[in-house]
Amino acid sequence: MFSDPDLLKFIFGRLTLESIPYHEPILVATFCGVALGGIALMCLLTYMKWWGPLWHDWITSIDHKKIGIMYIILAIVMLLRGFSDAIMMRIQQAIAFNGSEGYLPPHHYDQVFTAHGVIMIFFVAMPFVTGFMNFVVPLQIGARDVSFPFLNNFSFWMTTAGAIIVMISLFVGEFARTGWLAYPPLSGADYSPGVGVDYYIWGLQVAGVGTTLSGINLIATIVKMRAPGMSFMKMPVFTWTSLCTNILIVATFPILTATLVLLSLDRYVGTNFFTNDLGGNPMMYINLIWIWGHPEVYILVLPAFGIFSEVVATFSGKRLFGYASMVYATCAIMILSYLVWLHHFFTMGSGASVNAFFGITTMIISIPTGAKIFNWLFTIYRGRVRYEVPMLWTIGFMITFVIGGMTGVMLAVPPADFVLHNSLFLVAHFHNVIIGGVLFGLMAGVTYWFPKAFGYKLDPFWGKMSFWFWFIGFYFAFMPLYVLGLMGVTRRMSQFEDPSLQIWFIIAAVGAGMIAIGILSFIIQLVVSYIKREELKDETGDPWHGRTLEWSTSSPPPDYNFAFTPVVHDHDSWYDMKNRGYARPLQGFKPIHMPKNTGTGAILAALNVVLAFGLIWYIWWLVAVSFIAIIAVAIGHTFNYKRDFYIPVETVSAEEAKRTELLAKQV
Amino acid sequence: MTTNSTSHEDAHEAHHGHSHGHEAGHGSLKSYVTGFVLSVILTAIPFWLVMGDVLDSKVATVAAIMIIGAIQIVVHMVYFLHMNTKSEGGWTVMALIFTIIIVAIALIGSLWVMHHLNTNMMVMSPEMMKNLP
Repeated sequence: MFSDPDLLKFIFGRLTLESIPYHEPILVATFCGVALGGIALMCLLTYMKWWGPLWHDWITSIDHKKIGIMYIILAIVMLLRGFSDAIMMRIQQAIAFNGSEGYLPPHHYDQVFTAHGVIMIFFVAMPFVTGFMNFVVPLQIGARDVSFPFLNNFSFWMTTAGAIIVMISLFVGEFARTGWLAYPPLSGADYSPGVGVDYYIWGLQVAGVGTTLSGINLIATIVKMRAPGMSFMKMPVFTWTSLCTNILIVATFPILTATLVLLSLDRYVGTNFFTNDLGGNPMMYINLIWIWGHPEVYILVLPAFGIFSEVVATFSGKRLFGYASMVYATCAIMILSYLVWLHHFFTMGSGASVNAFFGITTMIISIPTGAKIFNWLFTIYRGRVRYEVPMLWTIGFMITFVIGGMTGVMLAVPPADFVLHNSLFLVAHFHNVIIGGVLFGLMAGVTYWFPKAFGYKLDPFWGKMSFWFWFIGFYFAFMPLYVLGLMGVTRRMSQFEDPSLQIWFIIAAVGAGMIAIGILSFIIQLVVSYIKREELKDETGDPWHGRTLEWSTSSPPPDYNFAFTPVVHDHDSWYDMKNRGYARPLQGFKPIHMPKNTGTGAILAALNVVLAFGLIWYIWWLVAVSFIAIIAVAIGHTFNYKRDFYIPVETVSAEEAKRTELLAKQV
Repeated sequence: MTTNSTSHEDAHEAHHGHSHGHEAGHGSLKSYVTGFVLSVILTAIPFWLVMGDVLDSKVATVAAIMIIGAIQIVVHMVYFLHMNTKSEGGWTVMALIFTIIIVAIALIGSLWVMHHLNTNMMVMSPEMMKNLP
């Protein structure tokens, strides 16, 4: 019966045995590694009887703290994938000289650079940032969870579903070969007939649902659920930057979704929005995608700015210098980030007036950003600075980010951009700000909030190793790219003619190797800290002498975060409470009303993976079945009335008594 | 979702009392019917304009449809989303203003940029190129 081609086509769409890349040794080896690792993990889970706890305590959990931690785990796993792409490219470019084609054929190399960009932005930086906002914001504003706890779980699983769809492309079919923003006409049906761009589209669409919903959720949380007394101008700076980031998410992600819908219409039903003929205009895609794409940059960097603000104030033992100016600078960046998108395509052919307008708005953004740098410097000035690991990342950030910012201003000058556009100078610039800004911030945040999440600090020795290798490795990896860019080398090249360039690529590859050691040190740090957890234990809940409310709870915080909602009188409210001799209430506890766990989010996300797989491979029966299933599960969930429960007084009293005992031991 | 959020509100009533009393109203049957009838009328007019070839120029028809569409948005916001200056303590209006600013930036900016691109990037004859400013 399987000889009938029509039937095969009906069952499998365009999926055939040839779609499995078993003839590519690199992919086969990767697959074996992933499969063995996966089997080992499953055996471990079964042996330790962890399947039950995994489902009950994590996958179905709607606790914002656990969801935040899961987001960050997703980001770290995807960082390893994105980084292996990076090191593959660095090695390829270092050896593909003098007629050598390197070890990656162009077909594969193009997928690698596309996957690197997509994964690093959408599945490393975004979940990392969202994870922090989820974990920290409710604790900082004195809330017990986010506004819509189920939606939060659903958002997380949709983001994961997007990541899974992109990962499937590694072993079934191929990924896009278009660059990370999939510009048409290259990404249109004519020039990319395969499944690569479809994997790209559906991976991003599914993850985009998660991102948008979590943006709505966190805005509602920050606006509605602040502790009494916490007016907007008393909110911690990280909460402020989170608010602005989420407003940016809600305002811009729909543009990405709509743009990708138009592209998929072009690819699936033959419309001509972005084709070259029949009235289509590919330049419109580039215009639209950057209306989303530029604010996206600020979506990533604003929370990092928030983390630095918390870290600088805490480790300098001072109130943040210029709190109000920090808030206004953040809001100004939020608005200005909408007015600069054309600087990504100065060379596309707009006239002088358009290019001048967008060049000037771009340069204006550096003013509020510069104000922030000065605020951090003035906070450090005459403070009692403790050079712990989060502070090292912060100092490293300030040096690196200023360099990245200055090359950014260079690129913002339209005539200069005509020389630098699409060159390695640009690549060096945006890695300069994303690694030096976002990633350093996230690493500072990991070290800073880790004791809050797990109850013990991270080992400082391996933290310093990680920092120094990242920091120095970064300069080795990207400064050569600035030089190459100024010499006119364009990005996304898999082979080179001019042998004099090779030395710079070798230096860059060495830098990438140092960053690899930095990442390895970070993983060793996690393991070592787990082994030494008794020694590194934090029993106070306030290991860094923090200033904001999350440090007033135990480490890790109880499920309900706060037995009594704190009352806020000043910003840096925990510092203020400590100064005024705040006494923890020891009795009069009440049962606490909490939302109940549910598996619906994970199930819906899994069905979305199936739906996307069907759409990618044209398996229409699978599309229909999974779509109906999604609707059915979603409607079914509305009939689930058992959504809440009370934590009994006894549990609350017992938890709080344990904390009282721990605190008593300190004195 | 509603149940979820409501139950959560209860969990936080201790520190949450201040936010009650500003929430959006739920509208009466009359307001819903008014909204529905207005929407139907505003939807029917564009169909009539196009199918009956009522206006002479195409530009006028398109303009009329755009304006009626904009009015339709306002009708939806007032009658179905119950938006007014007081609902949710002014937050809905603030969100609306922000939305309008962002949409305006995106639309005006795109039109401006694409107009430039269309003018500059069309296929040109050598004569046209010589006469470029």
